[in-house]
Amino acid sequence: MKEFLTNSVYFGVIISLSAYIIGVKIKKKFKYCFLNPLLISILFVIIVLKILKIDYESYNSGARFLSYLLTPATVCLAIPLYQQLELLKKNVKAVMIGIISGVLSSLGSILAFACFFGLSHENYVTLLPKSITTAIGIGISEELGGITTITVAVIIITGVLGNIIADKVCKVFGIYEPVAVGLAIGTSSHAIGTVRAFEIGEIEGAMSSLSIAVSGVLTVIGASVFANFL
Amino acid sequence: MKHINQFGIILGITFLGEMIHSIISLPIPASIYGLAIMLICLKTKVVKVEKVKQAGGFLIEIMPLMFIPAAVGLLTAWKELKVIWFPVVLITVLTTVIVMVVTGRTAQAVMKKDGGGKN
Repeated sequence: MKEFLTNSVYFGVIISLSAYIIGVKIKKKFKYCFLNPLLISILFVIIVLKILKIDYESYNSGARFLSYLLTPATVCLAIPLYQQLELLKKNVKAVMIGIISGVLSSLGSILAFACFFGLSHENYVTLLPKSITTAIGIGISEELGGITTITVAVIIITGVLGNIIADKVCKVFGIYEPVAVGLAIGTSSHAIGTVRAFEIGEIEGAMSSLSIAVSGVLTVIGASVFANFL
Repeated sequence: MKHINQFGIILGITFLGEMIHSIISLPIPASIYGLAIMLICLKTKVVKVEKVKQAGGFLIEIMPLMFIPAAVGLLTAWKELKVIWFPVVLITVLTTVIVMVVTGRTAQAVMKKDGGGKN
């Protein structure tokens, strides 16, 4: 049985898919914000792999076909964005100032904490691209001499965390304008946060999508400057 | 045929993004170039939104699934993360909240000042 599962092409996909369906069901039933579908499905897959003693490589040999679709899916984020283009034009100043201040606060706060904890330059630049989409983040980390495996881990933790806490943080800090909510989610927690933004609403999702691209590109420039500060 | 055409357009633009990525040596991935190309195509009506809507909607809907494999992969990164996990996790949590609040509050403040917003 184990041999069959390790060799199966569809096991990785079906276990991920079932885990997500279970996650959504649990979320619907209990409605606590920490019962996040994505978090539940990640933990579920990890537990199943541990119990069945299947290593990550065997799981991923099937599951990687899900990751394969990530690039075309990101391209498609332009569609909801296009449908909100009028709203974007109307608020272009707020959008740009919002994202720029978000990117600066990300780089600035990482610098401050890195100084506080006495992190090495290598660890500091590893963390710098933490709020942006993985594909850009890896490139920045590599170029600045960071540890890319940790960068990827931190980016994913940031995304999942943003996905979980978005509603609560926006509520507590009085962010209620759909445009502002979308920008806040996309700038802080890239595509994984954007998944939550789309669940909240069309406008939130579109603005969050835009933030992935804009904050990603701005961080390419910003991180290379901030890398010199520590 | 409808869905084949739609998926074809999406993959075609993705491929174009990949080409640009290989020509320009910046750490900007194919997906971001593709997103920009798609937006320009839709805006200039080279591609009508109806021609990509269903397939695009499907891909966006199943997007959360695409993050599961990488996140499960954190298992393999644990060995390297173990040494510095405490400051790293603390910094990650705090900065994520800070960025969310700063971005949201700033955008909202500018919108209020300009009398923008949904309406």
